[in-house]
Amino acid sequence: MDYREMFIESLSTLTLNKLRTGLAILGIVIGIGSVIALVSLGQASQKAVESQIQSLGSNLLTVMPGSSQEGGVRGAAGARTTLTYDDAKAIETSDAITTVKSVSPEYSGRAQAVAGRNNINTSVMGVTPLYAKVRKIDISSGNFINDRDVTAVSKVAVLGPTTAADLFGEDVNPVGRTVRINSQTLSVIGVTVSKGGSGFQNQDDIIYVPLTTVQKQLFGVNYLSTISLEAESEEVMTEAQNQVGYLLLQRHKLDDPLEADFSIFSQQDILDTASQVTGTFTTLLSGVAAISLLVGGIGIMNVMLVTVTERTREIGLRKALGAKKKVVITQFLTESVILTFTGGLFGIILGIFVSYLFSAFMSFAFVVSPKSILLAFAVSAAIGIVFGLYPARKAANLEPIEALRYE
Amino acid sequence: MIKVSKLSKIYRSGEMETVALSDVSFEIKKGEFVAIMGPSGSGKSTLMHILGALDKPTAGKYLLDSANVVEMSDDELAEVRNKKIGFIFQSYNLLPRTSALKNVMLPMVYAGVGKEERRIRAEKYLEMVGLKDRFYHTSNQLSGGQQQRVAIARGLAMNPSILLADEPTGNIASVQAAEIMDIFQKLNGEGHTIIMITHEADIAGYAKRIIHIKDGRIAADGTNNRQRKI
Repeated sequence: MDYREMFIESLSTLTLNKLRTGLAILGIVIGIGSVIALVSLGQASQKAVESQIQSLGSNLLTVMPGSSQEGGVRGAAGARTTLTYDDAKAIETSDAITTVKSVSPEYSGRAQAVAGRNNINTSVMGVTPLYAKVRKIDISSGNFINDRDVTAVSKVAVLGPTTAADLFGEDVNPVGRTVRINSQTLSVIGVTVSKGGSGFQNQDDIIYVPLTTVQKQLFGVNYLSTISLEAESEEVMTEAQNQVGYLLLQRHKLDDPLEADFSIFSQQDILDTASQVTGTFTTLLSGVAAISLLVGGIGIMNVMLVTVTERTREIGLRKALGAKKKVVITQFLTESVILTFTGGLFGIILGIFVSYLFSAFMSFAFVVSPKSILLAFAVSAAIGIVFGLYPARKAANLEPIEALRYE
Repeated sequence: MIKVSKLSKIYRSGEMETVALSDVSFEIKKGEFVAIMGPSGSGKSTLMHILGALDKPTAGKYLLDSANVVEMSDDELAEVRNKKIGFIFQSYNLLPRTSALKNVMLPMVYAGVGKEERRIRAEKYLEMVGLKDRFYHTSNQLSGGQQQRVAIARGLAMNPSILLADEPTGNIASVQAAEIMDIFQKLNGEGHTIIMITHEADIAGYAKRIIHIKDGRIAADGTNNRQRKI
């Protein structure tokens, strides 16, 4: 009996009980579908995080205050007030620093912004002109903050596109209008190009204000929340980290690097941590999906066992007419593999469809790796064999006389 | 062709031992038409299972075409059933929802006969049993007698050494039963060896030789001098 005939015969047997066949297939469809969807969701979110972090600049180092040890208590990063504008200027001017291209001192806080009847809570970022270079910010209309704005403590603001739309409405150019923040009136001088962004933080929902204005007029502070540094190249990142670290230790009069009241991260550090987190999530989700696949496999086994019991007489007859064990095993395995393979096929379609929905509604990249599709096919065939083997062997080992007598 | 000697079969379940056959010996030559007769529980079904290579005896020898069936593996037994024995069952045992033609082709499928050849042979044997216009009827569209004739055609498909019929007329009205017996006698006239198990004396009357079984032993074995003819 050749395989083509076996296939056709199995197919016609399976179509006899369409409902049962359909339900058995459904288990596999859901299993394979969820594996594909969740794996591509994981990959998409990983890509989103990576591209978001990389869009901030790949040569970027971030100095944050805090992380000092005081009496065994490790302070949370960013919770302290040890970084100053003078630190940033020192990094810029020191002869000991040879590997840093640009320095961007920053102070960020949240505040209520009011324009006309619109009132939103948004993040306010105090920056110097270099910020645009270090963080790769482009202007879509007007200008970014310049050096004179910083030295003159000008009451000007540059809006992110989301903030601009929230405050002044879509398709309105807000340049020349004013916005009130913490009872100060700032005139809008520019709007940035959208950087996209979802997930952790929307980089378009932001107001840029000269650093001096933010410190003196809006929040009344004299420290910084971060200093962003652009290294000369990716190769000198570690060196830059060391040079800056050493300078800051000197300036803060600290001898032991373990007592540092600041920390320096590279983009790579942040990227690694974020990838690790999303990677763990992907594994976890796939694990859950794999369980549903297992349940689907058990469903196949159940259906095949019922089929074998139902067709005991038929199996007995086939054996009496000369079917060898191998032929009977192959026949039932063919049936279960057809079930799981069909399930796998529809599962892949479902999985791709669901990942497409994710990408469409959550503005993720649409990633379906060919590897996961290939794997899904292999897994579904393997499930057919693994869960079909026991029922098939049961059928093949039936005694022909017992089977013929079975009512 | 068939030689059994000192055949016995004992069923054990726990402490209980049931003797189904004991010390059965006989020989059947090519071209014979033998009826094995006996009341239910006499052991004739057990004998038929052993002759059909569906079951193995506890002791004794069974030579079929000078090969010892008792020593064969499961797959070898399957091959013997496929090539040397044509089964005709009381309840026909046709595949449900399957055409007469496909049912007759089934043993040839397992023997690896080519597609064309299968069809030619299946059509020939179905014609021989008078079902020329029933090729594509499924078993539930056929009467009992017609189903049994499909089964006979299936039994003949591999041109076996023996046709083994187990109560072939047990489920069939008497008029159709006579037709089945007519086919058996014709096949026997053409040289086919037929062994038929029955408990009905009038059906056994169509055979040339009758072996009586009682309590697992041969009670009588002789030529049927008054063979019935249609």
